[in-house]
Amino acid sequence: MSSAIVLSAQGLVKKFGGIVATQNVDLQLTAGARHALIGPNGAGKTTLINLLTGVLPPTAGRIALEGQDISHLSPHERVRRGLVRTFQINQLFDSMTPLETLALVVSQHRGQGGRWWSRLGKDTQVNQRAEDLLTQFHLEDVMHQTTREMPYGKRRLLEIAIALACEPRVLLLDEPVAGVPAGEREELLATVAALPSDVSVLLIEHDMDLVFSFAQRMTVLVNGAVLTEGTPEQIANDPRVRDVYLGHAESQAVSHG
Amino acid sequence: MLLAKSRWRGWELLFIVAALASPALLPSHAMMINEIAITALFALSLDLILGYTGIVSLGHAAFFGFGAYSAALFAKHLVPDPLIGLCVAAVLTAALGLLCSVTILRGSDLTRLMVTLGAALILLELANKLDDLTGGADGLQGVLMGPVLGRFEFDLEGKVAAWYSLVMALVFFALARRLVHSPFGATLMAIRDNRLRAMAIGIPVSQRLVVIYTLAAGVAGVAGGLLAQTTGFASLDVFAFERSADVMLMLVIGGVGWLYGGVAGAVVFKIIQDQLSAVTPQYWMFWIGLLLVILVLVGRERLLRPLRWGRGGTSS
Repeated sequence: MSSAIVLSAQGLVKKFGGIVATQNVDLQLTAGARHALIGPNGAGKTTLINLLTGVLPPTAGRIALEGQDISHLSPHERVRRGLVRTFQINQLFDSMTPLETLALVVSQHRGQGGRWWSRLGKDTQVNQRAEDLLTQFHLEDVMHQTTREMPYGKRRLLEIAIALACEPRVLLLDEPVAGVPAGEREELLATVAALPSDVSVLLIEHDMDLVFSFAQRMTVLVNGAVLTEGTPEQIANDPRVRDVYLGHAESQAVSHG
Repeated sequence: MLLAKSRWRGWELLFIVAALASPALLPSHAMMINEIAITALFALSLDLILGYTGIVSLGHAAFFGFGAYSAALFAKHLVPDPLIGLCVAAVLTAALGLLCSVTILRGSDLTRLMVTLGAALILLELANKLDDLTGGADGLQGVLMGPVLGRFEFDLEGKVAAWYSLVMALVFFALARRLVHSPFGATLMAIRDNRLRAMAIGIPVSQRLVVIYTLAAGVAGVAGGLLAQTTGFASLDVFAFERSADVMLMLVIGGVGWLYGGVAGAVVFKIIQDQLSAVTPQYWMFWIGLLLVILVLVGRERLLRPLRWGRGGTSS
């Protein structure tokens, strides 16, 4: 089963007027993959994520999740089938506590989100799952704090915990360590490394240390098209990749230093 | 831990008892109590969409007014029984809410303010022009209600009216309280807090908005229906812009996203209105305006807890 393809995108094209943001991109994730998507700014990584999650409709191409065509499904239907993302900039429910947030997400995922006559917190299975996630993501000590008042590193952990509460088959991690101060970084890196092995992960990241310690395969995106794909060794030794990154070294340093 | 929030507390039961006892304790103010109960229910309805779901509306009176005319017309031409009439008003107004919900799904807050305002104005003008049916500017008169449950005749003092409205308001309050503490209620708050993320965790956002808008419209229709039934009258001012604006004011005074906020706001607003208009009949809005400015600038938290003034509040 380890080589079964979970997510596949074929010939994805996205045009905004005359601008081609995504050019014929093919991408395949195997079960339990640790796949990284890298590329300089403006390479089209965000557009690609928006195509995969259904926020943007593709101009052409096909996306399949576990063999089923999901190209025409709405974003929330894709989530229900197991394609879940995190955000580069935290997208949290600021007025809720982590416990409330996770209980909400878990109950929504279990099809209870439409129930108005039962009480949130009544279902012991939902509570158990929420508590497990709190433990797994080192959020027990802040579980009763309002999210808006939590330290940034904890908020970043909650960002990923929410996605995992949706029981993803495929998890798209959009720059998980972006902006996390050094002191809180280790906890986050350890959590990312400990993500369940049956979940396929697509990591979009600028931090090359994280990318090379995490990924088993990598895809390099340049100007909306796939430049190359391979193992971290192949990518590290690919002169074309080096050209792209060295050529953009200055702008990278400015925007992500 | 989560359940603690939805558990009924002692002071809440005390509040219910006090509310139900008020017409007996203050019989001379029964009509005022009736009006407060109706207004509080109307504010509760707006809180469901504004406070809990984040849908702004400047035309919530559309549903209040539609409920009022539905109940009045039903009683006048079909059946005078109050409870049946109230059910009819609720269902018809909910149907109108369902119809209108398509207009609030897209666009920005400003779009929603304008669209809801427009809907209320359209209904106001319709009620004005269809004078054969509605009585036009003269209002719909001669609505004679039957006794509540076939036993309790509406009296001149207004005690039965007050109890009828109080019980209805409390029933819907309890239902709304159940709703906001449910998984469904949590998904509404998720949409309010962060619509993008709500979508990204699989919440069908549009469907949720339609459902809550329809429900809230129905509740507003009940409030309007209660007013028409207990006063035996429906006039164009049920659709008025002032009514939509006042109810939003009450929520701001009492606090949004908190069911008691609408109740507190309605009580404070109506009492201030009553007291001040006795002292200065023409200028009472001045004082409401002043209260609002102070409330928003200083922040409700700090106003209610002056001891925290030195530490600087977190409210806006």
